[in-house]
Amino acid sequence: MLAFAVRRILISIPILLLASFIVFALGVSSGNPLAPLLEKNPPAPPNVIAAETVRLHLDQPLIPRYFSWLAGLFHGDFGPSVVSTMNIGHELGARFWVTIRLIALAMVIALVLAVVVGVLSAVKQYTVTDYTTTFLGFLFLAMPSFWLAILLKQGGIEFNKAVDAQVIYTIGATSIPPPPGTGAQIVDVLGHMVLPTIALALISYASWSRFTRASMLEVMNSDYVRLARSKGLSRRTVMVKHALRTALIPLTTVTALDIASIIGGAVVTETVFQWKGMGDFLLTAIRTEDVYAASSWLLLTGVIVVMFNLIADLLYGVLDPRIRYA
Amino acid sequence: MREVAPTPETTPVPAPAAGQASVEREFTVAERSQAQLVLRRFLQHRAAMISLVVLIMVVLLAYVGGLLWHYQAGDITPDNSQPPSLDHPFGTDAVGKDQFAEVLRGTRISLQVAVSVAVFATVVGTIWGSLAGFFGGRTDSLLMRLADLILTLPLIAVAAMLAHNFGGTWYLIAVVIAVLYAPYVSRVSRGVVLSLREKEYIEAARALGATNTRIIVRHLVPNALGSILVNLTILVALAILLETALSYLGFGVQTPDTSLGLLVSQAQTALTTRPWLFYFPGLFIIVIALTINFIGDGLRDALDPQQRKVRQ
Repeated sequence: MLAFAVRRILISIPILLLASFIVFALGVSSGNPLAPLLEKNPPAPPNVIAAETVRLHLDQPLIPRYFSWLAGLFHGDFGPSVVSTMNIGHELGARFWVTIRLIALAMVIALVLAVVVGVLSAVKQYTVTDYTTTFLGFLFLAMPSFWLAILLKQGGIEFNKAVDAQVIYTIGATSIPPPPGTGAQIVDVLGHMVLPTIALALISYASWSRFTRASMLEVMNSDYVRLARSKGLSRRTVMVKHALRTALIPLTTVTALDIASIIGGAVVTETVFQWKGMGDFLLTAIRTEDVYAASSWLLLTGVIVVMFNLIADLLYGVLDPRIRYA
Repeated sequence: MREVAPTPETTPVPAPAAGQASVEREFTVAERSQAQLVLRRFLQHRAAMISLVVLIMVVLLAYVGGLLWHYQAGDITPDNSQPPSLDHPFGTDAVGKDQFAEVLRGTRISLQVAVSVAVFATVVGTIWGSLAGFFGGRTDSLLMRLADLILTLPLIAVAAMLAHNFGGTWYLIAVVIAVLYAPYVSRVSRGVVLSLREKEYIEAARALGATNTRIIVRHLVPNALGSILVNLTILVALAILLETALSYLGFGVQTPDTSLGLLVSQAQTALTTRPWLFYFPGLFIIVIALTINFIGDGLRDALDPQQRKVRQ
């Protein structure tokens, strides 16, 4: 197990290095950082443009630029931003903590929902429950994330109007300025998380619940479940102790594979609720042609995705005793 | 299993004598080809059939209905900020544009993008995956690791970056999205090629002396077509969701063109005063994506040769 973990981590390193080159190439091709200066009216003086060219390493070809960016990463330097006062690493770090709490909570809710709904529709296959949850699953799969988020936001606004008080927060990740006291701040942060989390969880749960249903049905038709039933164990015991435990194992892999699309969903959800999180960081970077910021954003999400897959791989071995790391 | 033709022992069919026009038979069982079986199973899939009818209606409404409607997209009518009425079924916006005409135009562009993405990504991805599966070894690892790397990144983020630099018109957006979906298709088609390569009937055909061309044309392509077709359908739904999200964020289709996502994005500032601007484009996205997913599901069931039971 330990040897497997070490080997798996060692394999991740070249993957991340290759990924870093690709995200760098993608990031720097996303725009021309000098464009805002050149389009200015009156145009920026040539000496300013020349200075910016040097400061942003635009005078170097792609490969040396990549290596100097990569070398900088090891000292926590994510490259120069078009906003000369901004430190990309610090800013991205702060944004990361805003977004990760949205993603983590939404994933937990989506997973619980997916397992409950998936198991329920498998156990009650071809009943009204099954057809209803199946239809709802298809509906959420077809629902544009931004549309659902705006709908929830509007619902929150209407609710506040109806009770004539600010009960549900619909804008931002925290109140500005934050309320005094740690306890009040935690309540404030949680209050702002309610709607975005529901939106992201509803968009994400559907495919996982379909997967849980299929996996559960497959296990329920297996020999050992039939054996457990014929030994005289109750249906409930067999379902929870025998079938569910096995059925949930493949869900770890599916969840890990979907992390990239959840980060994408978070970008959209954050935009609707005007959070200053990673989503806003990325979209601002693209709009202002901040190419190093865009590359750094992609690199950070790449690292998150690789780490998630690593954890899922290791967890898979713990959950499924049939897996041997030979 | 009612569509399986009985074996010759159970159907004594007399050979028609030469010159005889028709033979009185006790009963006849028509032989059905694979395509007919698939079609029959699909026709009996209720959700898929209803979805197909609804989708065809939406497409006809967008392409034919838009031409017949008494307002054209972009026309500025004297009524501004009107709620839905008989004259303006979807209401009008602040400057008086008829939203029914606008939503139909948005539907046309969003559908065009989605279908182009599905076709282009399928062609590129199938070639990509088949090459990897066919050659194996180093080519395989190189092509598939590249696909893995692209799939590590959030699609919408990469699409926004590429569209910011290369986008602008609807077909460029389609190309950007298609390039990002091609690795998904390549994984599927590689899997299909790898599993088909090992099948006994391919081996049997080879043993009987069939040429490579014959094996590819008669056995590989028809058997791979099913998975690729199902995948293509699902891609249309995925692409319409990605394009509308991209347009909502401001990196997709740009004004003066419009898309369903752009309409939603323009509507959100006046949600309290003109909610109809927001609901209709969203409903169109949902109806299109939902029906396509059901059709894909029906196709998957119909094309599955293991499928014995016809859904009730």
